[in-house]
Amino acid sequence: MVWRNFGKRFRRAWQSIGLPPIAILIALLLGAVVLWLAGYDPLIAYRAMWQGAFKDLTAVTEVLIKATPLIFIGAGLAIAFRCSIWNIGAEGQFYLGAIAATAAGIYLGSLPRAILMPLVLLLGIAGGAMWGMLAGFLKNRFGANEVVTTIMLNYIAIFITGFLVTGPMIETKGLFPQTPRISENAWLPRFLPPTRLHLGFIIALLLAIILYILLFKTSIGYTIRAVGTNAEAARYAGINVQNNILLAMGISGGAAGLAGAVEVAAISYRLYQLISPGYGFDGIAVSLLVGNNPLGVIFSGILFGALRSGSEVMQMNARVPSVLVLMIQGMVVLSVVAFGVYRAVTMEKEE
Amino acid sequence: MEECAPESADQEFILRMENIYKSFPGGVQANRGITLEVRSGEIHCLLGENGAGKTVLMSILYGLYKPDSGCIYYKGKKLDIHNPKDAIRHRIGMVHQHFMLVPTLTVAENIVLGQYPPWKVLNHMEEVHERIRAMSDEFGLDVDPTKLVQDLSVGEQQRVEILKALYHGADLLILDEPTAVLTPQESEHLLKFLRQLADRGLTIIFITHKLEEVMEVSDRVTVLRDGRVVGTVNTSETNPRELARMMVGREVLMELKKSQTQPGKVIFAVRDLRVRDARGLEAVKGVSFEVREREILGIAGVSGNGQTELALALAGLIDCEFDEMRLDGQILTKHDLHRLHRMGMAHVPEDRQRMGLILPFSVAENFVLKSYRDEPFSKRGFLRFEAIREYSRSQISKFNIRVGDIEEEIAHLSGGNQQKVVVARELDRHPRFLLVNQPTRGIDIGATEFVRQQILAQRDAGAAILLISADLEEIFALSDRILVMFEGRFMGEVPPDPALIEQVGLMMAGKAAVPAD
Ligand SMILES: Nc1ncnc2c1ncn2[C@@H]1O[C@H](COP(=O)(O)OP(=O)(O)OP(=O)(O)O)[C@@H](O)[C@H]1O
Ligand SMILES: [Mg+2]
Repeated sequence: MVWRNFGKRFRRAWQSIGLPPIAILIALLLGAVVLWLAGYDPLIAYRAMWQGAFKDLTAVTEVLIKATPLIFIGAGLAIAFRCSIWNIGAEGQFYLGAIAATAAGIYLGSLPRAILMPLVLLLGIAGGAMWGMLAGFLKNRFGANEVVTTIMLNYIAIFITGFLVTGPMIETKGLFPQTPRISENAWLPRFLPPTRLHLGFIIALLLAIILYILLFKTSIGYTIRAVGTNAEAARYAGINVQNNILLAMGISGGAAGLAGAVEVAAISYRLYQLISPGYGFDGIAVSLLVGNNPLGVIFSGILFGALRSGSEVMQMNARVPSVLVLMIQGMVVLSVVAFGVYRAVTMEKEE
Repeated sequence: MEECAPESADQEFILRMENIYKSFPGGVQANRGITLEVRSGEIHCLLGENGAGKTVLMSILYGLYKPDSGCIYYKGKKLDIHNPKDAIRHRIGMVHQHFMLVPTLTVAENIVLGQYPPWKVLNHMEEVHERIRAMSDEFGLDVDPTKLVQDLSVGEQQRVEILKALYHGADLLILDEPTAVLTPQESEHLLKFLRQLADRGLTIIFITHKLEEVMEVSDRVTVLRDGRVVGTVNTSETNPRELARMMVGREVLMELKKSQTQPGKVIFAVRDLRVRDARGLEAVKGVSFEVREREILGIAGVSGNGQTELALALAGLIDCEFDEMRLDGQILTKHDLHRLHRMGMAHVPEDRQRMGLILPFSVAENFVLKSYRDEPFSKRGFLRFEAIREYSRSQISKFNIRVGDIEEEIAHLSGGNQQKVVVARELDRHPRFLLVNQPTRGIDIGATEFVRQQILAQRDAGAAILLISADLEEIFALSDRILVMFEGRFMGEVPPDPALIEQVGLMMAGKAAVPAD
């Protein structure tokens, strides 16, 4: 029953992105002007970008690999944002997940594969969820604004990582600030050799679908949305608002922690200082872009993955400085969001 | 709109809305060829059942909706309006059914909001304040421009909305059910004030469900039903009965069949209840009462004397202190208050939009706001949409609620229909203890009759009912006993004998207390 009309729902989720083709085109045109003004050939730059994202199978799978953590984080944040909890702390929750996964992968490395692999992922979830719920607890207990606490917790998580990889968990040779490799028993399988595409991508898709069902098909989701849209009415209906704040922080934190665990268990196989290039922050835009719809996050996550992948190549091959690359990325986000707003406003008028 | 002539054929009217059609995506035809003519300087009442199309028609005039077809002439010329800014430029002002003020801004900021570019206002706020003070004095509105809107009572917010319209020089003022949220005294005041404005030449369109108000204040009345005009009559040549018949299409008796019942055992009792309001002041100062099976206990009083806080405390929504509280024989602790509705209590809250409903949720979702976790609406944690829809449909037909599609946002329902959803949901819980606060606020006379009859039916079925209402007539019509509340205390108890209305009125003002027994 739940699965009926799934195709339709996917289409709707796709549409919920707004009119991205046009929006992206406009942003890229604007970006071309900026590139040209700065003395670069936009054609060359964009060709490099396109090739970076879509040249061949490897390029495409790299996009999906980049999209994986964004889908995890974005889908989790969609839950928090629907509950009107402004979790800016996915970055820190990602780190906690990565720490927990690495620790398990190293210290419990002798466990058999069938146990260790799921255990690493579960501990990742637990680490992120704990970090998220800490902010939820501070909000419930002391009324501390979650925007502030989650940002603070980001710093703490990153500092903890720094401390661990330079001290207690540093690799045996002790050359670089990083941990040793985790046990091979913890590695997530890659299923499309020679590319690096791994099981984590499939798990991310599954999580997005599960969170979509949770949000819109279950009574838990109803509760979360009720708290998020009108907390006073929720309280009136006998809903415990504080419990749901904890739950939403736990889910979004757990999803971010899982992203961290997957990054360690499928890509880097170890923890190091800057393991996240800001996934936790991109994840915010990934979720907002599709109106906090966990299914839509699949599309916006891939869009962001493509932008990141493509612009890395643009930076390398067309020698465009990274500030300009970031600027173009920002323009794409802005114009897609602007289109979304524009559409919402015009739809209201037409009614 | 293309075929509209540039000038109105009939220059007698300041406003002519001609053949207005408007339908919504859900399939609702809100206006089906409405023609409304308003004379300069008159007070023109718009009357009609919930969902008849009054608010939509006025929203079209104010530029909030675009009509599907039809022409509008204003001051003799064709009027092109695309948004409220245009309306204000044409000196049309509107006070909405649900207020549209920004709570975190001051009165003055709200009044000039969006009207001028920021650089024109920000350093001229002093002048704005001066002008608002001057106007407030002139009209006797008692509005302080520097106060935050969130600190104002509903009555004060209403005055701000009116002042806002006058500030922008309105010649035509639309008021959508302004008295629904006011106490009788405040309403009386408002009606007098509107009369003064009309005498100065202002034209007023006034929407209400209260026929006495129509008779008291208006010059002419237009009655709508189902998106069409039933007729326009001179107030002096009609009477409430005829108006009611035009509205509903049948005779409305407004006479409740209230049977004599024998109250049974005590269902709810509280001793020495104390509640503080949002500012920390004691709003309920140690009251005790009990409600029995098959009994309606009415609480009369001018609003703002602690009734709101009393209701919120009993519903577990704000903190309170008490000596003892019992429900159905069980002793309650403060902790239990949060789950009273699981123990057989239902609650129709005072403010449907802030508390009773989740506006962006669908009509169907709102119907199960308190029961979505229970069978048959949920099974093993999954919502069962078919059951929810079916249930909603049955409630909609039972309470005659006007809904296009039950999947549409409840925010799109007319105000009275929203209220009916809340009442229908709460009454259907077959509560042991029912707390109803302003149950008929904003609903039309036919539906009022129905809702009151339903409340009585709950009583006869054995419920203990606590009724809070600013409407004395409602209190007297429904209650078996009446407690009068003044400044957080009960002034005394009276039986619902119509001969005592005057005495209750005095007690509500804190005078002539009968010694409590
Ligand atoms: N934005 C909207 N979308 C869909 N339907 C709407 C919308 N606004 C109003 N309607 C429908 O149009 C009809 C007329 O509504 P309207 O608000 O004008 O009623 P009303 O006469 O003001 O009633 P009330 O006395 O309850 O306020 C209703 O059935 C309502 O559900
Ligand atoms: Mg209305």
